Amino acid sequence: MSMAPSSANDPAVLEVTDLHVEFDTYGGIVKAVRGASFNVRRGKTLAIVGESGCGKSVTVQSVMGLIPMPPGRITKGTALLDGVDIVRRKVIDGKDIRGNRIGMIFQDPMSSLNPTMRIGDQIAETLHVHRGYSKADAFKRAVELLALTNIREAEKRAKQYPFSFSGGMLQRAMIAMAIACEPDLLIADEPSTALDVTIQAQILDLLKELQERNNMAIILITHDLAVVARMADDVVVMYAGEIVEKGSVDDIFYRSAHPYTLGLRAAMPSESRHVESGLQPIEGSPPDTFNPPPGCSYFARCPNAMRLCERNPPPRFEVSPHHYSNCWLHEPGAPKDVDGLYFAEQP
Amino acid sequence: MSALIESKALTKHFKIGRNQIVHAVDDVSLAIEDKEIVGLVGESGSGKSTFGKTLLGLHRKTAGEVYFEGEQLPDIYKPADFQRYAQRIQMIFQDPYSSLNPRMTVGEIIGEGLRLRGDSEGAAIREAVAVWLERVGLERGHMSRYPHEFSGGQRQRVGVARALIMQPKFVVCDEPISALDVSVQAQIVRLLGELKDSLGLTMLFIAHDLSMVRYVSDRIAVMYMGAVVELGPADDVYFEPKHPYTQILIASNPRPDPRSERNRKSVAITGEISSPLNIGSGCRFANRCPHVMEVCRADTPGLILRDCGGSPREVACHLYEPIAGPN
Repeated sequence: MSMAPSSANDPAVLEVTDLHVEFDTYGGIVKAVRGASFNVRRGKTLAIVGESGCGKSVTVQSVMGLIPMPPGRITKGTALLDGVDIVRRKVIDGKDIRGNRIGMIFQDPMSSLNPTMRIGDQIAETLHVHRGYSKADAFKRAVELLALTNIREAEKRAKQYPFSFSGGMLQRAMIAMAIACEPDLLIADEPSTALDVTIQAQILDLLKELQERNNMAIILITHDLAVVARMADDVVVMYAGEIVEKGSVDDIFYRSAHPYTLGLRAAMPSESRHVESGLQPIEGSPPDTFNPPPGCSYFARCPNAMRLCERNPPPRFEVSPHHYSNCWLHEPGAPKDVDGLYFAEQP
Repeated sequence: MSALIESKALTKHFKIGRNQIVHAVDDVSLAIEDKEIVGLVGESGSGKSTFGKTLLGLHRKTAGEVYFEGEQLPDIYKPADFQRYAQRIQMIFQDPYSSLNPRMTVGEIIGEGLRLRGDSEGAAIREAVAVWLERVGLERGHMSRYPHEFSGGQRQRVGVARALIMQPKFVVCDEPISALDVSVQAQIVRLLGELKDSLGLTMLFIAHDLSMVRYVSDRIAVMYMGAVVELGPADDVYFEPKHPYTQILIASNPRPDPRSERNRKSVAITGEISSPLNIGSGCRFANRCPHVMEVCRADTPGLILRDCGGSPREVACHLYEPIAGPN
């Protein structure tokens, strides 16, 4: 088992720096993403975790150019795909990037596929548009891709419409479409949330298998820490539009350095026979993103909040190599008696 | 034995087209004791929601009987029957978006049951609604708001208040947490646990996630293609599953622990749950089962107490010998 920090300097496929995204709404300006920075390494999986509304989907959608502008607006930041910034242009050339160098799969496969087109044609369309395959060759390749995603009788299935597929099979078809052009990066937005656990296990196994095969990077968006534990190499924890902690998957689970990460972990069902452990909810709800609080966004719900946290946004502390936490508790003078929280070793 | 509600050979078939019958619920007998919580787990299409709804008369049953407090519930519900039983039996629905009327205020939604019962004044109803809003962790002032002004977790709290304001004895919770974030799921599970203790509720808790269900349930029943395949104390079923299907279900569930996940061998089961159309004889799990034997395809195993090594368990599987005796 290679520890992530040793390889954390691997070349990044995608490098996002200080990304800010806003939306104009009738209620005012929603600051959906406030300063997200992360990178995704070739052949590795980066998980972005957080509750609904924390900005995890908006982050990747803005990278993909899927945000309607207006009302959306990328006010600041860069996203370098192999060194080329893909967010600063007015219109993203979808043909070049989306579906070609970055593939994407969504939570709800039923509403993401075209109900009036045969499955095989939908996959073939990608190859026809991006790779110039002839219609016949593209369809043949679509059948191979369906077989690759473990759909039985692929030839027959390719000629069927989405309504005759189950939820798990639709997700496989979406994956087949997303990997058709062998992208460097696959973005999976809650790919297994709508599925039963046995089907979820199949889909997650399939994603890993395809990742090894194509040395593909994956960004996995999820609210489920158990899925993160199964899939991720690196993890970014988001709260109210900001990244509050990031590090390797072991950093996040065994050396949690932000109270919010601890809170998320405590809310999970535990494997212990003691029913008292686990399932400790985080009381309250996230702040509204119209008026983000002036200090730490987690202040109102944080059991370890100090007076300083209310007014002053916490800086980023590197608590161990490549493991960062935005929390004032890591300031040298702050109290270090927080149960379960990891602190940098004192020199 | 003092079962509060008991189904005897409850069956619900749906006819679709000519000679096509969906065996959504087949011959399910389940007794829920007073103040007990039974978790009913299964994948989509296993018939768990249909069982819950048929139990309460929201679907007309095909065969079987349901007894509540010793009294047989009607085969066909008339509107007056629903009004009568609604005071003792309630349901919390899965989708907090579609189960609340968007044109009613939250106060009207929660107070509707009391209003229809007709024995309370408007002011008393408003007070009761306010008390329940606070009890489920919302605020009095939320009464005049509409459902769209609330988040998913808050709406689910409204659904809980609407069901429990009637002070029912028995509540069917149909996947009350599936649509919610993990941290909010914990809030709702906690809330239900507290209310169960303070109100002495009996519940059927339907879910597809075993790890969460374990926290609320006294016993867990696992359903597959319309039949219960395993039934036992919650921790026993979770930590020592006996039926091959339950074993796969639990092993498929990811754990929030990267080290154990890295050392996990893949247990992904091949295939998907098949449609319960025109079921023949034999075990319904036979075509996906890793331990399938000759007998499984011919003979349907019954859900009876069997010798599983350790304490006996009610499990519908030929791998285990039946224990003779009264059952």
